[in-house]
This record gives sequence, structure tokens and C-alpha cells, in this order.
Amino acid sequence: MAAKKTAATKAVKKTVKKAARKPAQTAVEAFETPTVWNLKLYVAGQSPKSIRAFANLKVLCEEHLKGRYQIEVIDLLEHPHLARGAQIIATPTLVVKLPNAVQKIIGDLSETDRVLIGLALQPVG
Amino acid sequence: MRRTKPVRPPVAQILQKVMTGIQGLDEITGGGLPQGRPTLISGGAGAGKTMFALEFLVRGATEFGESGVFISFEETIADLTKNASSLGFNLERLVAKKKLFIDHIQISRSEIAETGEYDLDGLFIRIADAVKRVGAKRVVLDTIEALFGELPNPSILRAEIRRLFGWLKDQGLTTVITAERDRPEKLTRHGIEEFVSDCVIVLDHRIREEISTRRLRVVKYRGSTHGTNEYPFLIDEHGISVLPISSLGLDHTAPTSRISTGIDRLDGMMGGKGFFRGSSILMSGTSGTGKTSVAAHFVDAACRSGERCLYFAFEESPRQIIRNMRSIGIDLEPWLRSGLLQFHAARPTYAGIEEVLLVTHKHIDSFKPGVVIVDPITNLLSISSLNEVRSMLTRLVDFLKTKEITALFASLTAADGFLEVNEADISSLMDTWLLLKAIEVGGERNRAMYVLKSRGMNHSNQIREFVLTDHGLQLLDVYLGPDGVLTGSARVSQEGREKAAGTSRRQGLEGRGRELDRKREIFEARMTMLRAEFQVEEELIQQSISESKLLDMELLQDRGQMVRSRDADKSAFKKRAQISKAKAR
Repeated sequence: MAAKKTAATKAVKKTVKKAARKPAQTAVEAFETPTVWNLKLYVAGQSPKSIRAFANLKVLCEEHLKGRYQIEVIDLLEHPHLARGAQIIATPTLVVKLPNAVQKIIGDLSETDRVLIGLALQPVG
Repeated sequence: MRRTKPVRPPVAQILQKVMTGIQGLDEITGGGLPQGRPTLISGGAGAGKTMFALEFLVRGATEFGESGVFISFEETIADLTKNASSLGFNLERLVAKKKLFIDHIQISRSEIAETGEYDLDGLFIRIADAVKRVGAKRVVLDTIEALFGELPNPSILRAEIRRLFGWLKDQGLTTVITAERDRPEKLTRHGIEEFVSDCVIVLDHRIREEISTRRLRVVKYRGSTHGTNEYPFLIDEHGISVLPISSLGLDHTAPTSRISTGIDRLDGMMGGKGFFRGSSILMSGTSGTGKTSVAAHFVDAACRSGERCLYFAFEESPRQIIRNMRSIGIDLEPWLRSGLLQFHAARPTYAGIEEVLLVTHKHIDSFKPGVVIVDPITNLLSISSLNEVRSMLTRLVDFLKTKEITALFASLTAADGFLEVNEADISSLMDTWLLLKAIEVGGERNRAMYVLKSRGMNHSNQIREFVLTDHGLQLLDVYLGPDGVLTGSARVSQEGREKAAGTSRRQGLEGRGRELDRKREIFEARMTMLRAEFQVEEELIQQSISESKLLDMELLQDRGQMVRSRDADKSAFKKRAQISKAKAR
């Protein structure tokens, strides 16, 4: 458990670094899709589901949003109050701030098509 | 209504319970909800589930030193706070004092997409965090089934809810889980009752004949005896009160002290001292027989001796009662002003009978009277069946007895004046039964009263007529005549006749006295006359005696002269003269 946890934290650091390199972080010019995808993944410790969700998300982002995303993994076990603020009850939950809505995607993100719909990267149907 | 054996406390304390603090509920459940276990509260919309849950937490925090967490899946914190204030609970203060933590779970289906396996760890963490923050012992989940509407994949959800309940149990948290009941055959919409195996309570809000009654039933309580009836309950500004239907038993004390009825002669009819304190008195009579007047006398006397009186008026307004009673010389106003007397006037039709009972209880609990008047109980029949009224009265009487409150129940009988079946029914609950009767004699209606029964005292078996005067109610003897009792004018005329007869007797007596006087006068007059006659005769006789003496003397003198003139023997003459002198002397 503990070993996995460090692995995941490393992964978070890596992605955050990657995102930080990108410019125009605060841009609001594009209304359809944000230039930088601010993705928050809420997990409860390093459960298999958490690991799986993070891995799936990373693969997906690399494929569709390469260089335009920022993933923040929030461990609710460490920051329980954040669950309240973001209205999280299910884990894992990916919270995506879209220009006109906040989308919550729950589950281990194994169904890629659904995730893409949720991220508004793929038209419904 | 069914009657069952009274609720017994659990035989062995295997199952620990926590008091809810909800009035009456802890009695039914024999001590509260199972400690450290989830309890399901199921009920339809508006049944009072959230109020129940809120009170469970608030009482826990304020009365039992147990902090609580309220996880709301439906209402916002602001709404909850507002609703709770209608029950008199200040949630904000409890939250500020860290005795309560409220979390509102807000999710909306439209925002959520499911993309694979998930769990409810987020919720677990939120609850665990909330529990930690206030050191909670009690948790409320209101209404967790809302999740079924918002989260996809019910099978996962069910498994997670099961896990949640297990987790709450492991944490030793006494949990109240509310659930919507939309169909009578099911306790919850999504069948979560199968996860809650310890205690299930159903709340019901029923409308019958346009009168709503809330009811509560303990459907299941593993490892504990519990009342199985449906218990009516009330939600008002002091929270929920549940009323056990069956009484706690007939173990109330029986005071021997007495309380005056306020009518001297009525006291006299009951061994000279009045009612027993803490007894229940039924006073029945047809309309206009003076029930309220008798009640007012009782109230007046009780207040005069410093007793607190609570008057439930189901027919008249307090103003009207006060005005009417003034006409017979009783002023209740000062008692009302000094706070010794309190009126509660309402048509019972405003609520169901159970609610009436609950309201009655609450008023009695808060006012703590020594005397209670219910005028009249028959009005309750207008909202309920005889059985229900009887059941309600049984509980009310028992309640009053345990509190040692003397209660007077007025009951309106039908005009025929015979004992009503329902009255006879109710009367078995009562210790004393006063019957007010209208007696029709000689084309008029008069009031009469008698003590039909009075347990534990020697009471008069006589009918008394009573009249309402400017100075109150007066009991009078009733004359028994060949046609039965005499009242009113018949009594007055009887009294008149007796008075007349008395007068003539008196006159006769006087007359004889006078005759005697007269006779004595006559006798005395005759005596005087006889004495006068006698005196006259005596005088005459005396006169004749002295006359004859004189004559005798003269004769002697004449003879002496004759002798001298004839020069007769002087010595002989002298001798004879001396003899006659001596004789005369």
C-alpha cells in the first residue's frame, strides 16, 4: 500500500511539472474547449481503483490532450474537507471544469468513450 | 384500537440502547434506539422523517452529551436550519459549539458520468471526517436513497450502502437512516431495509375523514421487546411527542386527601369533603343542566385554594364561559389574570383525536395543573369513533392519575335523559359520577343532581335539586311526592302548603292558649265576685250580731231603770248588772 502511494505521488508531481511548462495557462479566449485542461482526480488512498483510474486518465490525456492538460490527484484520505468542497461522494471522481459546467466523471475511467464524452472531447453518439 | 400488554423494559441488558430524547419514543422502545447500530426510519413524503432525525441529534447533543452528524442528501443546510427552528431547535448554535456537524451532499445526475467501477469512499471519508470533527456518537443519513436517483449503477450503490452501514456499525455510531416509502407494501423505495437489521420504525401521515394523524410504529427491533402498536405522534414547536397507546399499568398512587367541589352541599353529599385528589370525575347531563356551572364552581374553589386549573373548553370560548359564569356570581377572570387558571378552547375537529390527546398532554405537562376540566368530552365523538374516544380517555385518565391531577369530565347526554351506553362505558374509567338531570314536573324543567357513584367514599344516595342563583349554585332538598320527586314550582307549592299548615297549627296553638287565659280570667272574675258576695254577707252577719248585742244591752239597761224606778232591791240589781257586763265583755 505504502509503496503504491509513493508511486502515485510521483506521478502527480510529474504531470504537474509537465503542465507547468505550458504557457497561456489562464487563457479564456476559447469558449468551446479550454486551452489547458484542469483535471482533478479525487481518490481515496491508493486503492486499485485509484491506480487504475489514474493510469487510464493519463493514457487518455496523452492521446487526446497532449501538452494541454494538468492533472491534480487529490487523496481524500489526506484532505477529507476537500470532498465536501467539491461535493465528492464516489471515488474515484474526475472533476473537469468546462467553460459552462463542472463535469464529474466517476469510476475507474476504464470506458474511454464515456470519459471523452464527459470531457466534451467527443460528440455524444 | 388494539390494546396490548404494556411495554416492558428489556429483561437483560444485552442490547445497549441510547435515549433518543424524543418524548414517548424511549418508552415504546424500552430505552431508545440500539446503540452503535443503524436504525431505519421509513415513511412517506411529509411523514416527519427529517424532523425525527433532527430531534434525535439535537436531543443527543443537548440532553445526552452525544454530538451528532447530519448528512443531508436532500435539504440544504440553510433549509434544515430553518426547518429545525420551527421545532425550537437552534442548529446554528449547536454547530458553533461543535456539537453538531451538518453536511449537505449535493449531486446532480446531469453532472455525473459513470465510466467504470466506483465506490463511495468519498462519502465514507466525508462522514468519517465529520464524525471526527465533533466527536460524534450519532449520525443521521437523510435520505441516503436519494443516491439511487443521482448515481448510476444501482448494484454498485447497493453494495456500497451495505458496506457503509457495516462501516457505521464498526465505528459504533448510532445511526438513523431515513428512507422514503412510496408504496405501502415496501418499507423503502430501493429495498435498503435489508441492510438494516436491527431496528425499523415506520412513520405515517394519514388522512381520515379530512383529519390528519401522524402515527409511528416500531416494525422491528431485534433483540428487544417493543410496543408494536401504532402510536400517534405530534410535531409542534417543541419537537416530536409520541404517545404510547397502552397505559403503563395501573400502578398510580391513590391519595386520600380531598378537594372541595366548590359547592358546600355537594361536598356534603360526598362524605362532607368533596372529591378525592387525583380522582377522575364524570359529570353527565343533558344540555342545559348546568354542567359548566358545576365545573366553574369547582374551578373557582380550586383556584381559591391556590390550585392551578387547566380548562379545556371544546364548546365555548373562554370569554363566553367567563361571561356566563358571572351571571351566577362566579368571576373566573381574576384567576385567569393571576395565572392560576388557563383555558384551552378549541373545537376538537381541528385535529384528530390523537392530536387532541397529545395537545392535552402537552398543555398539562407545561402548565402542571392540579385540576383539569374537560368540557365536554362528548364533542370528541364528533371526530372519532367511540372506541377511539374510549381508548383516548383511558390514556388521558391514566396519565392524569399518575400526575395526581383531579379531573372533571363533562359529558353531554342525549335529551331522553337515560344513561347512555357510551357513558356507561366511559364511566368505568371514572371514580366519581355526578349525574345532572332535568326533571320535568308540572310543565316545567328543573335541575337535579345526584352522585351515581363515588369510589372509596360514603356518598349520599339522594337526589338534590339545584338552582342557579345570582350567588351561585345552590343545592336544595327534593320533595318526594306520589308522582316522584318534586322540583321547581311543585316543590315551592309543596313548601307553601307545608308553611300554611304550619301557620294554622301555630294559630290553633295560640288560640288554645288564649282560651286558657280567658278561662283563667273568668275563673278569677268569679273568684272576685264570690269574695265580694262573701264580704257582703259577712258584713251583714256581723252587723246583725252586733245589733243583737246592742239590743241585749239595751234590754238590760231598760230593766235596770225599771227596777230603780220601782225601788227594787238594789243589790240584786247590781249583781245582775255585773253578770251581764261580764257576759258582754
